[in-house]
Amino acid sequence: MKQKNVTEKIMNTVFIICALISITAVIGITAYMIVSGLPAIKEIGLREFLFGRVWKSTASPPQFGILPFILSSLFATFGAVLIGVPMGLLMSVFLSKIASPRLSASVRPAVELLAGIPSVVYGLVGMIVLVPFVMDVFNVKSGSTLFSAIIVLAVMILPSIVSVSESALNAVPKKYEEASLALGATKIETIFKVSIPAAKSGITAGIVLGIGRAIGEAMAVMMVAGNVANMPELFGSVRFLTTAISLEMSYAGGLQRKALFSIGLVLFVFIMIINIILNTLLKRGYKHEKR
Amino acid sequence: MKKFLLITIAAMMSLALFTGCSSEELGESEETGKGKLSGTVSANGSTSMEKLIAVLSEAFMAKNPDVVVTYEATGSGAGITAASEGMADIGLSSRDLKGNEMGLDTTVIAIDGIALIVNKENPVADLTTEQIAGLAKGGISNWKDVGGNDAPVVFIGREAGSGTRDGFESIVKVSDECAYEQELTSTGAVIAAVAANKNAIGYASVAAVGDTVNMVKVNGVVCTKETILDGSYPIQRNFNIITKQGAELSAAAKAFIQFALSDEVSDVIAKAGVIQAK
Repeated sequence: MKQKNVTEKIMNTVFIICALISITAVIGITAYMIVSGLPAIKEIGLREFLFGRVWKSTASPPQFGILPFILSSLFATFGAVLIGVPMGLLMSVFLSKIASPRLSASVRPAVELLAGIPSVVYGLVGMIVLVPFVMDVFNVKSGSTLFSAIIVLAVMILPSIVSVSESALNAVPKKYEEASLALGATKIETIFKVSIPAAKSGITAGIVLGIGRAIGEAMAVMMVAGNVANMPELFGSVRFLTTAISLEMSYAGGLQRKALFSIGLVLFVFIMIINIILNTLLKRGYKHEKR
Repeated sequence: MKKFLLITIAAMMSLALFTGCSSEELGESEETGKGKLSGTVSANGSTSMEKLIAVLSEAFMAKNPDVVVTYEATGSGAGITAASEGMADIGLSSRDLKGNEMGLDTTVIAIDGIALIVNKENPVADLTTEQIAGLAKGGISNWKDVGGNDAPVVFIGREAGSGTRDGFESIVKVSDECAYEQELTSTGAVIAAVAANKNAIGYASVAAVGDTVNMVKVNGVVCTKETILDGSYPIQRNFNIITKQGAELSAAAKAFIQFALSDEVSDVIAKAGVIQAK
């Protein structure tokens, strides 16, 4: 009896320590980002930093305006969502409602495998296949453009959209669909007017998850976007918040280095906002189902 | 009690996060007898010379296991200051000394030749430095203006802070004015991008250029080891070790400079993409 109690207590402590490690990591990273990101913003000026249109970190005098990075990141994410979401949603409808169980059992692992491919491989394929393709097809002088990055990101966010939306669609109670069919709706009508609205919150969660992945991706887009700090243009070379950090970090010193941390802080805030939205959506969906 | 324990653990863990990043204390270099070198050689300066110093110090420390060579990448100006104020044993500078920087000795240990590369399909084979500056700044935006095809110029370079970029821009006098189409993070990536785009021009350390791209003559001079060494190829710069005149160097620092100039390291230096100065 006593023996049991001791084991119980020890395990309890082990769990608490594990929980504490991850909590400390989160708090530590947050604190570090704020502490190391703020000095440069203070030195450069928040307005100048966020809304400056020119980034010349090594010129004299240097200019640290990250508006081009913010806009490029937003446009790339928006573009990826524009292409990836309809494709992902229809794919999840196909997997959940239309395909025979056998077919979907073979397609699903393929989509899931897409999620497991390292981003550098996406970048490599993009660089070798997509970039020359874009250059030839659209007759632009260099294929390393925002457009190429959007295509790569659209493919990268597919798996998260598909898998989350599919489980949301699968969770729609059978009786809703049966009722709709009994009232004379066709299968397609049922899917678009009953199943998808019922799975709305889950699908939105999948989209937000995809947005998070797209905005935080660095490696793959660094290899296809050209990385010049221009204001975004669909067929122009652009630099994102993520690539701005990884591009210059290895040689940076002084204010330039501090400014890179500040970019990290901005990115961190973006991701936080996305996570908060995601959590709210998931909670709302949970409540909805409970009712 | 339990709560107290929890708080203590949490506090200890968050403390642990913030320690461990303090910089290493550098020991003073010291000599021991019997001809065996020991101590520290502190080098401070040019970021462009990072690779060179890395391969040199690795080889030097392999030969003299008791010596530690430290390197701080601060930039040429800071390296020269560090040497003149005695904060470092040797200063590293990828530019030559200016007239007002007196009381210092310069030892050229290597020469960095920067080749201009174009795609294999590009017929342009010879450019003047003015034309190169025009291509880099975007003033010349079509290849036909320099005797090539009627096609747009795609100028590809390195990211801000790169030594090669700094070298190219300062020698061609286009610092911070370049209209890049792509900024890539390695010499290899620049070469690959130029090989993939038939309208591209880029720059790269000469040692890294293979036969996937064409090297352009600059002012009629081919970029080779010989033309770099005799100074006729213009886009090149010296990698210097700066020491203070009259100051007594430690035995380890002296040996390091001797080592960098010796024949046995010419292959090592070539590995860093530069040519040993003779």
